[in-house]
Amino acid sequence: MVRTPSADQVWQALAEVPDPEIPVLNVVEMGMVRDVQVEGGKAVVTMTPTFSGCPALHVIREGLERALRELGFAEVEVRTVLFPPWSTDCIAPEARAKLERYGIAPPRPAGELGLIELELEPVRCPRCGSLDTSVKNPFGPTLCKSLYVCNACREPFEGFKRV
Amino acid sequence: MNEQVKQALIAKLTALADDELILAHRDSEWVGHGPILEEDIALANIAQDELGHATLWYGLRSALDGSDPDRLAFFRDATEFRNCELVELPKGDWAFTLLRQYLFDAYETLWLSAAKDSTYKPLAEVAAKVLREERFHLQHTRAWVERLGLGTEESNRRMQAALDAQWGYAQQLFVPLEGEALLVEGGIVPDLTELKGAWLSHTTQHLQNSGLKLPLQPGYQPASRQTHTEHLWSLLAEMQSTARWDSEAKVW
Repeated sequence: MVRTPSADQVWQALAEVPDPEIPVLNVVEMGMVRDVQVEGGKAVVTMTPTFSGCPALHVIREGLERALRELGFAEVEVRTVLFPPWSTDCIAPEARAKLERYGIAPPRPAGELGLIELELEPVRCPRCGSLDTSVKNPFGPTLCKSLYVCNACREPFEGFKRV
Repeated sequence: MNEQVKQALIAKLTALADDELILAHRDSEWVGHGPILEEDIALANIAQDELGHATLWYGLRSALDGSDPDRLAFFRDATEFRNCELVELPKGDWAFTLLRQYLFDAYETLWLSAAKDSTYKPLAEVAAKVLREERFHLQHTRAWVERLGLGTEESNRRMQAALDAQWGYAQQLFVPLEGEALLVEGGIVPDLTELKGAWLSHTTQHLQNSGLKLPLQPGYQPASRQTHTEHLWSLLAEMQSTARWDSEAKVW
């Protein structure tokens, strides 16, 4: 007899799906998976997109569906919700440490954001740890990242945007 | 939701989506041509964000009338588009592009901040989502207006020329659609006349602080969104060419 995988097993399988643009992180620790329901032989996963224009969204959806099928579900459904909107505060603490080791400065807490604000707290250089850094461009090679330069070690680096 | 309100909402969502789509296309014309690599990348990011926002607005319309966002983008003719004329003007020079983006970003940020309290929940959710991304645009384009306005004689001259050309067009962003009053009454969308005050005070102050003069006589008088400049036709010819070349293709 084939046993239906439990919701826990589904979560574990989804944690194997990498974020296509930051492969060091998976979609679960990115905070994109909101809910998992197992109803008989069917799995329903509710996800929330990070950036609305993210070109990797369909790749992520396919990744989720593939992981569920490989787990043995004949019927899978991936639902998308926008509320509450995804924020960098959804990124798990261990994922922040991974980002830093990967050379990307993790986002500072977002909370409630004002319309325009000065950069209050400095972003720490992921290479040398200096706080003497400057933002060079709020837009980086992907929608989720900005470009910085470290004034101490002189290296450019990417920082996760705070949204 | 009664039929009249629904039709007004469909029209409004179309206008919102069309603005973002056409602006995204104009911005994307800089890809590979930006003055410096980082700015080329920044504008490509902004174009991509606006395109993502267009997808969300078309998606809300689709939930109401079952329309296909791809068909709306690639198979409608210019007369059916409801974008404002500001976004369809040719990209011009760097100052022209950044000023347009700034004027639009300021409007969009204010509109979204108000729309996130909409009584129509799907619209409130999209507004809250988009607002978090939009702040970066305004931060970036604000800085460029200041940099060019207070830069050299030449950069100031170009920025002033862009402002003289665009100021009138930008006012069209605050012309309500036919039937929009119904939506405002129901708390579904913010009142544009109220927003215009906030937009004017924000932009006027920033433009003047950036060494620019507001044009006294805007040449263009805001019209309805059914009218377009001749530029929309050539823009669509380019933007829609691939889809129309093989309309049955599964993937473009």
